[in-house]
Amino acid sequence: MNSSVLSTFGAWLPHVQLAHFLIVSAVLFAFGLYAMVTRRNAILVLMGLELVLNAANLNFIAFARYGGMNLDGQVAAIFVIILAAAEAAVALAIVLNIYHRFQTVNVDEISSLKE
Amino acid sequence: METFDILFYLFALITVGSAFIVVFSKNMVYAAFSLLFTFAGVAGFYVLLQADFLAVTQILVYVGGILTLLLFGVMLTNKVISVDMKTGTINTIPAMVVAAVVFGSLAGVFYATWSTVTAPPTNLVSTARPIGDLLMTAYALPFEVASVILLVAMVGAAFIARRTKKLS
Repeated sequence: MNSSVLSTFGAWLPHVQLAHFLIVSAVLFAFGLYAMVTRRNAILVLMGLELVLNAANLNFIAFARYGGMNLDGQVAAIFVIILAAAEAAVALAIVLNIYHRFQTVNVDEISSLKE
Repeated sequence: METFDILFYLFALITVGSAFIVVFSKNMVYAAFSLLFTFAGVAGFYVLLQADFLAVTQILVYVGGILTLLLFGVMLTNKVISVDMKTGTINTIPAMVVAAVVFGSLAGVFYATWSTVTAPPTNLVSTARPIGDLLMTAYALPFEVASVILLVAMVGAAFIARRTKKLS
């Protein structure tokens, strides 16, 4: 990539600052929220949840770098990752159990508490 | 236009594009594999933000663990004979409105509040050792609680997912 192409792109792409990371994380959050609300399959709802958690983590680490929070933000992100792993394991176990009982994982068809 | 900016826009393209596929793809397997690229792009952001330990953890835990679990979930909860991995959507219009409003307000607040913050000077030091020190000193109690939570989640998940014998 030569320098003239780069300067052409640089004319309308601004220099990256904190707000760029925050806006990418807002995009991820909105996508995750949309997936959690619209998807019928429980696994895809979980994928939307992971997107939301990643958006939160990106904010934590962006503020750890730019906001002067240093390593505290990164430690908070580590705890978010730990809880995401635990949540994914338990949620998948629940989804498998639901599938054995109802033969479906569509969240709008699972409406009975007890047979 | 430095290398940092080029890398940022590359990672942003990968992350947002694959997240779009995760959200809007009809095929569950495509969605699961696009999630891999989303996680990898977020790990790239962590590298750009000088969080090297977090980037490796992101790859290890999300790509290596959570995504594998989700793929197992996709495979185990679909009837393999009917090759139908498609999935429907509900509440599309209200969800689109809500997501657009949430994104607009978040982005507006972020841009209005934080658009003038400039980067502090870079110091390229590994963060693994200071994070380890913090986990053993200032964050010792949350660290122990998190380990207990992981143990409980592991035992609970194994117990829930176990096939119980039918009591006749």
